[in-house]
Amino acid sequence: MSLLNYTLRIADSSLISGQRLAEWCSNAHTLEEDIALSNIALDLFGQANILLEYASDLDGKKTADDFAFKRNEREFFNLKLTEQPNGHFGDTIVKLFLFSSFNFLFYNKLSQSKNENLSAFAFKSLKEVKYHLKHSKSWIVRLGDGTKESNKKVQESLNSMWEFTGEFFEMDEIDIELNKKGIGVNNKSLKEDWNNIINTTILESKLKRPEDGYMQTGSKNGLHTEHLGHLLSEMQYLQRAYPNAKW
Amino acid sequence: MNEIKFQEKIDSERKIEPKDWMPEDYRKHLIRQISQHAHSEIIGMQPEGNWISRAPSLRAKMILLAKVQDEAGHGLYLYSACETLGVSRQELIQQLHDGKAKYSSIFNYPTLSWADMGAIGWLVDGAAIVNQVSLQRTSYGPYSRGMIKICKEESFHQRQGYEIMAEMASGTPEQKEMAQDALNRFWWPSIMMFGPQDGDSPRTGNAMKWKIKRQTNDELRQSFIDKTVHQAEIIGLTIPDPDLKWNEERGHYDFGKMDWDEFWDVVNGKGPCNKQRLDHHKKAHIDGKWVRDAAKAYSEKQKDLVIN
Repeated sequence: MSLLNYTLRIADSSLISGQRLAEWCSNAHTLEEDIALSNIALDLFGQANILLEYASDLDGKKTADDFAFKRNEREFFNLKLTEQPNGHFGDTIVKLFLFSSFNFLFYNKLSQSKNENLSAFAFKSLKEVKYHLKHSKSWIVRLGDGTKESNKKVQESLNSMWEFTGEFFEMDEIDIELNKKGIGVNNKSLKEDWNNIINTTILESKLKRPEDGYMQTGSKNGLHTEHLGHLLSEMQYLQRAYPNAKW
Repeated sequence: MNEIKFQEKIDSERKIEPKDWMPEDYRKHLIRQISQHAHSEIIGMQPEGNWISRAPSLRAKMILLAKVQDEAGHGLYLYSACETLGVSRQELIQQLHDGKAKYSSIFNYPTLSWADMGAIGWLVDGAAIVNQVSLQRTSYGPYSRGMIKICKEESFHQRQGYEIMAEMASGTPEQKEMAQDALNRFWWPSIMMFGPQDGDSPRTGNAMKWKIKRQTNDELRQSFIDKTVHQAEIIGLTIPDPDLKWNEERGHYDFGKMDWDEFWDVVNGKGPCNKQRLDHHKKAHIDGKWVRDAAKAYSEKQKDLVIN
Protein backbone atom coordinates (compact mmCIF):
# COMPACT_ATOMS: atom_id res chain seq x y z
CA MET A 1 0.00 0.00 0.00
CA SER A 2 2.82 2.40 0.88
CA LEU A 3 4.57 1.56 -2.35
CA LEU A 4 1.42 2.21 -4.38
CA ASN A 5 0.95 5.53 -2.70
CA TYR A 6 4.59 6.46 -3.22
CA THR A 7 4.37 5.55 -6.90
CA LEU A 8 1.22 7.60 -7.37
CA ARG A 9 2.84 10.68 -5.86
CA ILE A 10 5.58 10.65 -8.47
CA ALA A 11 3.22 9.71 -11.29
CA ASP A 12 0.70 12.41 -10.41
CA SER A 13 3.29 15.18 -10.36
CA SER A 14 4.37 14.22 -13.87
CA LEU A 15 0.82 13.86 -15.12
CA ILE A 16 -0.46 17.15 -13.75
CA SER A 17 2.67 18.97 -14.81
CA GLY A 18 2.29 17.58 -18.33
CA GLN A 19 -1.36 18.53 -18.43
CA ARG A 20 -0.49 22.13 -17.60
CA LEU A 21 2.39 22.33 -20.07
CA ALA A 22 0.26 20.88 -22.85
CA GLU A 23 -2.05 23.86 -22.41
CA TRP A 24 0.72 25.91 -24.03
CA CYS A 25 0.32 24.12 -27.33
CA SER A 26 -0.27 26.81 -30.03
CA ASN A 27 0.20 29.58 -27.45
CA ALA A 28 3.97 29.99 -27.15
CA HIS A 29 5.91 33.06 -28.30
CA THR A 30 7.68 31.20 -31.12
CA LEU A 31 7.08 27.95 -32.96
CA GLU A 32 10.37 26.61 -31.63
CA GLU A 33 9.24 27.12 -28.04
CA ASP A 34 5.85 25.66 -28.79
CA ILE A 35 7.62 22.51 -29.94
CA ALA A 36 9.96 22.47 -26.92
CA LEU A 37 7.12 22.78 -24.41
CA SER A 38 5.15 20.04 -26.15
CA ASN A 39 8.23 17.84 -26.06
CA ILE A 40 8.58 18.29 -22.33
CA ALA A 41 4.87 17.67 -21.81
CA LEU A 42 5.20 14.46 -23.85
CA ASP A 43 8.11 13.31 -21.67
CA LEU A 44 6.04 13.97 -18.58
CA PHE A 45 3.02 12.07 -19.90
CA GLY A 46 5.33 9.23 -20.80
CA GLN A 47 6.70 9.18 -17.25
CA ALA A 48 3.22 9.27 -15.77
CA ASN A 49 2.18 6.44 -18.05
CA ILE A 50 5.04 4.16 -16.97
CA LEU A 51 4.34 4.75 -13.31
CA LEU A 52 0.57 4.44 -13.59
CA GLU A 53 1.07 1.13 -15.39
CA TYR A 54 3.20 0.06 -12.46
CA ALA A 55 0.55 1.33 -10.05
CA SER A 56 -1.96 -0.75 -11.96
CA ASP A 57 0.22 -3.86 -11.46
CA LEU A 58 0.52 -3.11 -7.76
CA ASP A 59 -3.20 -2.52 -7.43
CA GLY A 60 -4.27 -5.55 -9.46
CA LYS A 61 -7.64 -4.10 -10.50
CA LYS A 62 -7.44 -0.57 -11.79
CA THR A 63 -5.84 0.28 -15.12
CA ALA A 64 -3.41 3.13 -15.66
CA ASP A 65 -6.24 5.11 -17.26
CA ASP A 66 -8.51 4.42 -14.29
CA PHE A 67 -5.87 5.99 -12.10
CA ALA A 68 -5.55 9.02 -14.34
CA PHE A 69 -9.19 9.59 -15.19
CA LYS A 70 -11.28 8.17 -12.37
CA ARG A 71 -9.79 9.46 -9.17
CA ASN A 72 -11.06 12.57 -7.38
CA GLU A 73 -9.11 15.55 -6.08
CA ARG A 74 -8.52 14.04 -2.66
CA GLU A 75 -7.02 10.92 -4.23
CA PHE A 76 -4.35 12.80 -6.20
CA PHE A 77 -0.92 13.23 -4.64
CA ASN A 78 0.93 15.54 -7.04
CA LEU A 79 3.00 18.39 -5.64
CA LYS A 80 0.87 21.50 -5.35
CA LEU A 81 3.35 23.41 -7.49
CA THR A 82 2.47 21.32 -10.52
CA GLU A 83 -1.24 22.13 -10.49
CA GLN A 84 -0.77 25.91 -10.40
CA PRO A 85 -2.17 27.65 -13.48
CA ASN A 86 0.29 28.47 -16.25
CA GLY A 87 0.08 32.25 -15.95
CA HIS A 88 2.45 33.95 -18.37
CA PHE A 89 5.52 32.31 -19.86
CA GLY A 90 7.69 33.46 -16.93
CA ASP A 91 5.35 31.81 -14.41
CA THR A 92 5.39 28.57 -16.38
CA ILE A 93 9.14 28.54 -16.79
CA VAL A 94 9.72 29.21 -13.09
CA LYS A 95 7.37 26.35 -12.22
CA LEU A 96 9.17 24.07 -14.64
CA PHE A 97 12.58 25.11 -13.40
CA LEU A 98 11.75 24.58 -9.73
CA PHE A 99 10.10 21.25 -10.44
CA SER A 100 12.86 20.01 -12.75
CA SER A 101 15.67 21.04 -10.42
CA PHE A 102 14.08 18.99 -7.67
CA ASN A 103 13.21 16.08 -9.95
CA PHE A 104 16.72 15.95 -11.35
CA LEU A 105 18.10 15.33 -7.85
CA PHE A 106 15.21 13.11 -6.83
CA TYR A 107 15.48 10.83 -9.87
CA ASN A 108 19.21 10.69 -9.49
CA LYS A 109 18.72 9.13 -6.05
CA LEU A 110 15.68 7.09 -7.03
CA SER A 111 17.69 5.45 -9.82
CA GLN A 112 19.56 3.67 -7.01
CA SER A 113 16.35 2.31 -5.49
CA LYS A 114 16.21 -1.36 -4.56
CA ASN A 115 12.86 -1.49 -6.32
CA GLU A 116 13.73 -2.35 -9.91
CA ASN A 117 10.65 -0.73 -11.41
CA LEU A 118 11.33 2.56 -9.72
CA SER A 119 15.05 2.52 -10.38
CA ALA A 120 14.60 1.71 -14.08
CA PHE A 121 11.95 4.40 -14.34
CA ALA A 122 14.17 6.97 -12.65
CA PHE A 123 17.16 6.06 -14.77
CA LYS A 124 15.17 6.56 -17.95
CA SER A 125 13.52 9.75 -16.75
CA LEU A 126 16.74 11.31 -15.55
CA LYS A 127 17.88 11.92 -19.11
CA GLU A 128 14.62 13.68 -19.88
CA VAL A 129 14.66 15.74 -16.72
CA LYS A 130 18.20 16.90 -17.41
CA TYR A 131 16.92 18.45 -20.60
CA HIS A 132 13.90 19.98 -18.83
CA LEU A 133 16.24 21.53 -16.30
CA LYS A 134 18.61 22.79 -18.94
CA HIS A 135 15.82 24.26 -21.03
CA SER A 136 14.03 25.97 -18.15
CA LYS A 137 17.26 27.22 -16.62
CA SER A 138 18.34 28.79 -19.89
CA TRP A 139 15.05 30.69 -19.97
CA ILE A 140 15.35 31.80 -16.33
CA VAL A 141 18.73 33.28 -17.23
CA ARG A 142 17.49 34.94 -20.40
CA LEU A 143 14.42 36.40 -18.74
CA GLY A 144 16.27 37.42 -15.58
CA ASP A 145 19.11 39.04 -17.50
CA GLY A 146 17.02 40.16 -20.50
CA THR A 147 15.05 43.40 -20.22
CA LYS A 148 13.90 45.30 -17.15
CA GLU A 149 10.38 44.13 -17.79
CA SER A 150 11.35 40.48 -18.09
CA ASN A 151 13.50 40.66 -14.96
CA LYS A 152 10.61 42.13 -13.00
CA LYS A 153 8.15 39.60 -14.32
CA VAL A 154 10.23 36.52 -13.68
CA GLN A 155 11.20 37.79 -10.21
CA GLU A 156 7.51 38.08 -9.39
CA SER A 157 6.91 34.58 -10.70
CA LEU A 158 9.70 33.25 -8.54
CA ASN A 159 8.34 35.05 -5.48
CA SER A 160 4.86 33.72 -5.98
CA MET A 161 5.87 30.11 -6.65
CA TRP A 162 8.36 29.95 -3.81
CA GLU A 163 5.84 28.86 -1.20
CA PHE A 164 5.29 25.64 -3.14
CA THR A 165 8.90 24.48 -2.83
CA GLY A 166 8.68 23.45 0.82
CA GLU A 167 6.81 20.30 -0.14
CA PHE A 168 9.78 18.98 -2.10
CA PHE A 169 11.71 18.12 1.02
CA GLU A 170 8.96 16.82 3.29
CA MET A 171 9.18 13.31 4.70
CA ASP A 172 6.03 11.64 5.99
CA GLU A 173 5.61 8.11 7.37
CA ILE A 174 5.49 6.53 3.93
CA ASP A 175 8.67 8.31 2.82
CA ILE A 176 10.45 7.30 6.01
CA GLU A 177 9.33 3.69 5.75
CA LEU A 178 10.36 3.30 2.10
CA ASN A 179 13.61 5.15 2.62
CA LYS A 180 14.50 2.73 5.39
CA LYS A 181 13.85 -0.18 3.04
CA GLY A 182 16.17 1.34 0.44
CA ILE A 183 13.25 1.89 -1.94
CA GLY A 184 12.43 5.56 -1.49
CA VAL A 185 14.51 8.72 -1.38
CA ASN A 186 15.41 10.80 1.63
CA ASN A 187 14.03 14.09 0.33
CA LYS A 188 15.60 16.12 3.10
CA SER A 189 19.05 15.08 1.93
CA LEU A 190 18.43 16.73 -1.45
CA LYS A 191 18.06 20.21 -0.02
CA GLU A 192 21.69 21.23 -0.10
CA ASP A 193 22.24 20.30 -3.73
CA TRP A 194 18.96 21.92 -4.63
CA ASN A 195 20.03 25.14 -2.92
CA ASN A 196 23.20 25.07 -5.00
CA ILE A 197 21.32 24.74 -8.28
CA ILE A 198 18.91 27.49 -7.30
CA ASN A 199 21.53 29.87 -5.97
CA THR A 200 23.83 29.51 -8.96
CA THR A 201 20.98 30.06 -11.39
CA ILE A 202 19.61 33.00 -9.47
CA LEU A 203 23.01 34.65 -9.40
CA GLU A 204 23.51 34.15 -13.12
CA SER A 205 20.03 35.49 -13.82
CA LYS A 206 20.42 38.66 -11.78
CA LEU A 207 17.43 37.66 -9.67
CA LYS A 208 16.96 37.58 -5.91
CA ARG A 209 16.27 34.44 -3.96
CA PRO A 210 12.92 34.86 -2.15
CA GLU A 211 12.88 34.61 1.63
CA ASP A 212 11.52 31.36 3.02
CA GLY A 213 8.17 32.33 4.52
CA TYR A 214 4.90 30.43 4.67
CA MET A 215 5.28 27.10 2.90
CA GLN A 216 2.38 25.18 1.42
CA THR A 217 1.93 21.57 2.47
CA GLY A 218 -0.66 18.78 2.19
CA SER A 219 -0.35 17.09 -1.20
CA LYS A 220 0.98 13.87 0.32
CA ASN A 221 -2.43 13.61 1.98
CA GLY A 222 -4.37 14.60 -1.09
CA LEU A 223 -4.91 18.17 0.04
CA HIS A 224 -4.66 20.59 -2.86
CA THR A 225 -5.23 24.13 -4.01
CA GLU A 226 -8.58 24.88 -5.64
CA HIS A 227 -7.00 24.72 -9.10
CA LEU A 228 -6.70 20.94 -9.19
CA GLY A 229 -10.44 20.29 -9.22
CA HIS A 230 -10.90 22.37 -12.36
CA LEU A 231 -7.95 20.75 -14.06
CA LEU A 232 -9.35 17.29 -13.33
CA SER A 233 -12.88 18.10 -14.38
CA GLU A 234 -11.53 19.07 -17.78
CA MET A 235 -9.03 16.22 -18.09
CA GLN A 236 -11.47 13.54 -16.96
CA TYR A 237 -14.56 14.80 -18.78
CA LEU A 238 -14.95 12.08 -21.42
CA GLN A 239 -14.23 9.17 -19.11
CA ARG A 240 -16.73 10.55 -16.60
CA ALA A 241 -19.43 11.47 -19.10
CA TYR A 242 -19.34 8.09 -20.88
CA PRO A 243 -18.34 5.57 -18.21
CA ASN A 244 -19.13 2.55 -20.39
CA ALA A 245 -17.24 3.66 -23.44
CA LYS A 246 -13.82 2.42 -24.50
CA TRP A 247 -11.50 4.89 -26.20
CA MET B 1 16.41 33.62 -72.79
CA ASN B 2 16.34 32.95 -69.05
CA GLU B 3 12.73 32.03 -69.30
CA ILE B 4 13.37 29.45 -72.03
CA LYS B 5 16.19 27.82 -70.07
CA PHE B 6 14.03 27.84 -66.96
CA GLN B 7 11.18 26.09 -68.76
CA GLU B 8 13.60 23.58 -70.28
CA LYS B 9 14.85 22.73 -66.85
CA ILE B 10 11.31 22.21 -65.62
CA ASP B 11 10.36 20.14 -68.64
CA SER B 12 13.37 17.89 -68.13
CA GLU B 13 12.28 17.28 -64.52
CA ARG B 14 15.24 19.01 -62.91
CA LYS B 15 14.54 20.92 -59.68
CA ILE B 16 14.71 24.68 -59.41
CA GLU B 17 16.94 25.69 -56.50
CA PRO B 18 16.94 28.97 -54.52
CA LYS B 19 19.90 30.53 -56.37
CA ASP B 20 18.60 29.64 -59.84
CA TRP B 21 16.99 32.26 -62.01
CA MET B 22 13.20 32.10 -61.88
CA PRO B 23 10.36 34.23 -63.28
CA GLU B 24 8.99 36.68 -60.74
CA ASP B 25 5.53 35.14 -61.08
CA TYR B 26 6.92 31.68 -60.30
CA ARG B 27 8.49 33.07 -57.13
CA LYS B 28 5.29 34.86 -56.16
CA HIS B 29 3.18 31.82 -56.83
CA LEU B 30 5.44 29.69 -54.66
CA ILE B 31 5.52 32.18 -51.80
CA ARG B 32 1.74 32.35 -51.85
CA GLN B 33 1.29 28.59 -52.00
CA ILE B 34 4.01 27.59 -49.51
CA SER B 35 3.12 30.26 -46.97
CA GLN B 36 -0.55 29.34 -47.22
CA HIS B 37 0.50 25.79 -46.57
CA ALA B 38 2.67 26.83 -43.60
CA HIS B 39 -0.09 28.97 -42.10
CA SER B 40 -2.49 26.04 -42.49
CA GLU B 41 -0.19 23.82 -40.45
CA ILE B 42 0.05 26.44 -37.73
CA ILE B 43 -3.61 27.47 -37.58
CA GLY B 44 -4.46 23.76 -37.86
CA MET B 45 -2.87 23.25 -34.45
CA GLN B 46 -5.81 25.02 -32.83
CA PRO B 47 -8.81 22.82 -33.64
CA GLU B 48 -6.92 19.73 -32.50
CA GLY B 49 -5.20 21.54 -29.66
CA ASN B 50 -8.74 22.16 -28.43
CA TRP B 51 -8.95 18.50 -27.34
CA ILE B 52 -5.49 17.76 -25.89
CA SER B 53 -6.57 18.62 -22.36
CA ARG B 54 -9.66 16.40 -22.73
CA ALA B 55 -8.25 13.38 -24.56
CA PRO B 56 -9.89 10.28 -23.09
CA SER B 57 -6.82 8.14 -22.38
CA LEU B 58 -3.14 8.65 -21.71
CA ARG B 59 -2.30 7.04 -25.02
CA ALA B 60 -4.76 9.22 -26.95
CA LYS B 61 -3.43 12.30 -25.22
CA MET B 62 0.18 11.53 -26.10
CA ILE B 63 -0.65 10.71 -29.72
CA LEU B 64 -2.68 13.86 -30.19
CA LEU B 65 -0.07 16.09 -28.59
CA ALA B 66 2.67 14.50 -30.69
CA LYS B 67 0.58 15.04 -33.79
CA VAL B 68 -0.07 18.70 -33.08
CA GLN B 69 3.62 19.09 -32.36
CA ASP B 70 4.42 17.55 -35.75
CA GLU B 71 2.24 20.20 -37.32
CA ALA B 72 4.29 22.92 -35.64
CA GLY B 73 7.36 21.20 -37.09
CA HIS B 74 5.80 21.12 -40.57
CA GLY B 75 5.06 24.82 -40.23
CA LEU B 76 8.73 25.40 -39.46
CA TYR B 77 9.96 23.43 -42.53
CA LEU B 78 7.56 25.30 -44.74
CA TYR B 79 8.40 28.75 -43.40
CA SER B 80 12.04 27.87 -43.98
CA ALA B 81 11.31 26.74 -47.54
CA CYS B 82 9.53 30.05 -48.06
CA GLU B 83 12.46 31.99 -46.65
CA THR B 84 14.66 30.58 -49.42
CA LEU B 85 12.52 32.68 -51.77
CA GLY B 86 13.55 35.86 -50.01
CA VAL B 87 10.75 36.53 -47.54
CA SER B 88 11.14 36.34 -43.75
CA ARG B 89 9.00 34.38 -41.33
CA GLN B 90 8.12 37.64 -39.59
CA GLU B 91 6.80 39.10 -42.86
CA LEU B 92 4.78 35.98 -43.52
CA ILE B 93 3.21 36.07 -40.07
CA GLN B 94 2.42 39.74 -40.55
CA GLN B 95 0.65 38.90 -43.81
CA LEU B 96 -1.39 36.30 -41.98
CA HIS B 97 -2.33 38.76 -39.24
CA ASP B 98 -3.23 41.44 -41.78
CA GLY B 99 -5.54 39.01 -43.54
CA LYS B 100 -3.43 39.16 -46.73
CA ALA B 101 -2.36 35.52 -46.53
CA LYS B 102 -4.86 32.70 -46.35
CA TYR B 103 -4.83 29.29 -44.73
CA SER B 104 -6.93 26.23 -45.37
CA SER B 105 -10.58 27.00 -44.69
CA ILE B 106 -11.17 23.64 -43.07
CA PHE B 107 -9.65 24.98 -39.86
CA ASN B 108 -12.38 27.58 -39.59
CA TYR B 109 -14.78 24.88 -38.45
CA PRO B 110 -15.04 24.07 -34.73
CA THR B 111 -14.11 20.72 -33.18
CA LEU B 112 -17.15 19.81 -31.12
CA SER B 113 -16.54 16.25 -29.98
CA TRP B 114 -13.70 13.79 -29.56
CA ALA B 115 -14.79 12.13 -32.81
CA ASP B 116 -13.70 15.31 -34.58
CA MET B 117 -10.12 14.31 -33.75
CA GLY B 118 -10.82 11.17 -35.73
CA ALA B 119 -12.49 13.01 -38.60
CA ILE B 120 -9.68 15.54 -38.88
CA GLY B 121 -6.99 12.88 -38.94
CA TRP B 122 -8.85 10.65 -41.34
CA LEU B 123 -10.37 13.18 -43.72
CA VAL B 124 -8.44 16.42 -43.38
CA ASP B 125 -5.02 14.81 -43.14
CA GLY B 126 -6.16 12.25 -45.69
CA ALA B 127 -7.00 15.00 -48.17
CA ALA B 128 -3.78 16.79 -47.32
CA ILE B 129 -1.77 13.64 -48.07
CA VAL B 130 -3.30 13.22 -51.51
CA ASN B 131 -2.26 16.77 -52.26
CA GLN B 132 1.16 16.49 -50.65
CA VAL B 133 2.10 13.19 -52.24
CA SER B 134 1.56 14.92 -55.54
CA LEU B 135 3.62 17.91 -54.34
CA GLN B 136 6.63 15.73 -53.51
CA ARG B 137 7.35 16.03 -57.22
CA THR B 138 6.87 19.79 -57.34
CA SER B 139 9.50 21.66 -59.34
CA TYR B 140 10.92 23.81 -56.53
CA GLY B 141 13.65 21.85 -54.68
CA PRO B 142 13.20 23.06 -51.07
CA TYR B 143 9.42 22.67 -51.30
CA SER B 144 9.69 19.20 -52.77
CA ARG B 145 12.13 18.03 -50.10
CA GLY B 146 9.95 19.53 -47.36
CA MET B 147 6.97 17.62 -48.73
CA ILE B 148 8.84 14.32 -48.71
CA LYS B 149 9.61 14.78 -45.01
CA ILE B 150 6.08 15.90 -44.21
CA CYS B 151 4.39 13.06 -46.06
CA LYS B 152 6.03 10.46 -43.86
CA GLU B 153 4.48 12.01 -40.77
CA GLU B 154 1.13 12.75 -42.34
CA SER B 155 0.44 9.12 -43.11
CA PHE B 156 0.84 8.37 -39.40
CA HIS B 157 -1.62 11.18 -38.68
CA GLN B 158 -4.17 9.78 -41.01
CA ARG B 159 -3.89 6.32 -39.48
CA GLN B 160 -4.39 7.64 -35.97
CA GLY B 161 -7.46 9.56 -37.11
CA TYR B 162 -8.95 6.55 -38.82
CA GLU B 163 -8.24 4.45 -35.73
CA ILE B 164 -10.20 6.88 -33.55
CA MET B 165 -13.11 6.79 -36.01
CA ALA B 166 -13.02 2.99 -36.24
CA GLU B 167 -13.00 2.60 -32.46
CA MET B 168 -15.86 5.02 -31.97
CA ALA B 169 -17.90 3.59 -34.82
CA SER B 170 -17.75 0.19 -33.16
CA GLY B 171 -18.25 1.56 -29.63
CA THR B 172 -21.36 2.51 -27.68
CA PRO B 173 -24.36 3.96 -29.57
CA GLU B 174 -23.38 7.41 -28.33
CA GLN B 175 -19.86 7.00 -29.67
CA LYS B 176 -21.14 5.83 -33.02
CA GLU B 177 -23.44 8.82 -33.17
CA MET B 178 -20.53 11.15 -32.45
CA ALA B 179 -18.47 9.49 -35.18
CA GLN B 180 -21.24 9.80 -37.78
CA ASP B 181 -21.91 13.39 -36.75
CA ALA B 182 -18.23 14.25 -37.16
CA LEU B 183 -18.19 12.67 -40.62
CA ASN B 184 -21.34 14.60 -41.55
CA ARG B 185 -19.82 17.90 -40.52
CA PHE B 186 -16.34 17.38 -41.98
CA TRP B 187 -17.06 15.57 -45.24
CA TRP B 188 -17.98 18.47 -47.49
CA PRO B 189 -15.43 20.94 -46.15
CA SER B 190 -12.80 18.18 -46.59
CA ILE B 191 -13.50 17.56 -50.24
CA MET B 192 -13.57 21.29 -50.84
CA MET B 193 -10.06 21.50 -49.39
CA PHE B 194 -8.74 20.71 -52.87
CA GLY B 195 -9.93 24.11 -53.96
CA PRO B 196 -12.27 25.33 -56.71
CA GLN B 197 -13.20 23.12 -59.62
CA ASP B 198 -10.71 23.29 -62.47
CA GLY B 199 -12.81 25.61 -64.58
CA ASP B 200 -12.91 28.13 -61.72
CA SER B 201 -9.27 27.89 -60.67
CA PRO B 202 -7.54 30.78 -62.43
CA ARG B 203 -3.99 29.98 -61.36
CA THR B 204 -3.97 26.31 -62.29
CA GLY B 205 -2.60 26.98 -65.81
CA ASN B 206 0.74 28.47 -64.80
CA ALA B 207 1.11 26.19 -61.81
CA MET B 208 0.80 23.16 -64.07
CA LYS B 209 3.10 24.57 -66.74
CA TRP B 210 5.76 25.27 -64.10
CA LYS B 211 5.07 21.91 -62.49
CA ILE B 212 4.46 23.51 -59.13
CA LYS B 213 1.27 21.47 -59.23
CA ARG B 214 1.32 18.11 -60.97
CA GLN B 215 -2.37 17.32 -60.81
CA THR B 216 -5.43 19.55 -60.96
CA ASN B 217 -7.77 20.20 -58.05
CA ASP B 218 -10.46 17.96 -59.54
CA GLU B 219 -8.09 15.07 -60.20
CA LEU B 220 -6.84 15.18 -56.62
CA ARG B 221 -10.36 15.47 -55.21
CA GLN B 222 -11.52 12.47 -57.22
CA SER B 223 -8.62 10.37 -56.06
CA PHE B 224 -9.36 11.24 -52.42
CA ILE B 225 -13.04 10.40 -52.75
CA ASP B 226 -12.33 7.12 -54.50
CA LYS B 227 -10.13 5.86 -51.70
CA THR B 228 -12.19 7.22 -48.81
CA VAL B 229 -15.57 5.72 -49.73
CA HIS B 230 -14.33 2.20 -49.08
CA GLN B 231 -12.72 3.21 -45.78
CA ALA B 232 -16.04 4.57 -44.56
CA GLU B 233 -17.82 1.35 -45.55
CA ILE B 234 -15.35 -0.79 -43.61
CA ILE B 235 -16.11 0.98 -40.34
CA GLY B 236 -19.84 1.21 -41.02
CA LEU B 237 -20.21 4.96 -41.39
CA THR B 238 -22.23 6.69 -44.11
CA ILE B 239 -20.79 9.46 -46.23
CA PRO B 240 -23.41 12.25 -46.23
CA ASP B 241 -23.85 12.42 -50.00
CA PRO B 242 -26.95 10.75 -51.50
CA ASP B 243 -25.50 11.18 -55.00
CA LEU B 244 -22.37 9.19 -54.27
CA LYS B 245 -22.34 6.30 -56.74
CA TRP B 246 -19.74 4.13 -58.46
CA ASN B 247 -19.51 4.99 -62.14
CA GLU B 248 -18.38 1.89 -64.02
CA GLU B 249 -17.64 3.81 -67.18
CA ARG B 250 -15.44 6.46 -65.58
CA GLY B 251 -13.92 4.02 -63.11
CA HIS B 252 -14.57 6.61 -60.39
CA TYR B 253 -17.23 7.60 -57.90
CA ASP B 254 -19.70 10.25 -58.98
CA PHE B 255 -20.54 12.65 -56.20
CA GLY B 256 -22.98 15.41 -55.37
CA LYS B 257 -22.76 19.16 -55.77
CA MET B 258 -20.46 21.05 -53.46
CA ASP B 259 -21.69 24.25 -51.82
CA TRP B 260 -19.22 26.75 -53.24
CA ASP B 261 -21.12 29.69 -51.76
CA GLU B 262 -20.31 28.40 -48.31
CA PHE B 263 -16.73 27.69 -49.37
CA TRP B 264 -16.14 31.24 -50.58
CA ASP B 265 -17.88 32.71 -47.54
CA VAL B 266 -15.51 30.86 -45.25
CA VAL B 267 -12.48 31.73 -47.39
CA ASN B 268 -13.49 35.37 -47.19
CA GLY B 269 -13.81 35.49 -43.44
CA LYS B 270 -17.41 34.46 -42.88
CA GLY B 271 -16.90 31.10 -41.21
CA PRO B 272 -17.67 29.89 -37.69
CA CYS B 273 -14.09 30.18 -36.39
CA ASN B 274 -12.26 32.59 -38.71
CA LYS B 275 -12.07 35.37 -36.17
CA GLN B 276 -11.33 33.05 -33.27
CA ARG B 277 -8.42 31.32 -35.04
CA LEU B 278 -6.76 34.52 -36.14
CA ASP B 279 -7.31 36.24 -32.79
CA HIS B 280 -5.78 33.25 -31.03
CA HIS B 281 -2.67 33.42 -33.19
CA LYS B 282 -2.35 37.18 -32.78
CA LYS B 283 -2.80 36.97 -29.02
CA ALA B 284 -0.05 34.35 -28.64
CA HIS B 285 2.21 36.53 -30.76
CA ILE B 286 1.46 39.71 -28.80
CA ASP B 287 1.61 38.01 -25.39
CA GLY B 288 4.99 36.58 -26.30
CA LYS B 289 6.56 39.87 -27.34
CA TRP B 290 8.17 40.53 -23.95
CA VAL B 291 9.75 37.07 -24.06
CA ARG B 292 11.16 37.54 -27.56
CA ASP B 293 12.42 40.99 -26.53
CA ALA B 294 14.11 39.52 -23.45
CA ALA B 295 15.78 36.76 -25.46
CA LYS B 296 17.04 39.31 -27.96
CA ALA B 297 18.32 41.68 -25.27
CA TYR B 298 20.09 38.82 -23.52
CA SER B 299 21.74 37.58 -26.68
CA GLU B 300 22.95 41.11 -27.51
CA LYS B 301 24.48 41.43 -24.04
CA GLN B 302 26.31 38.15 -24.58
CA LYS B 303 27.69 39.39 -27.91
CA ASP B 304 28.93 42.56 -26.17
CA LEU B 305 30.65 40.41 -23.56
CA VAL B 306 32.50 38.50 -26.25
CA ILE B 307 33.54 41.66 -28.09
CA ASN B 308 34.74 43.47 -24.97
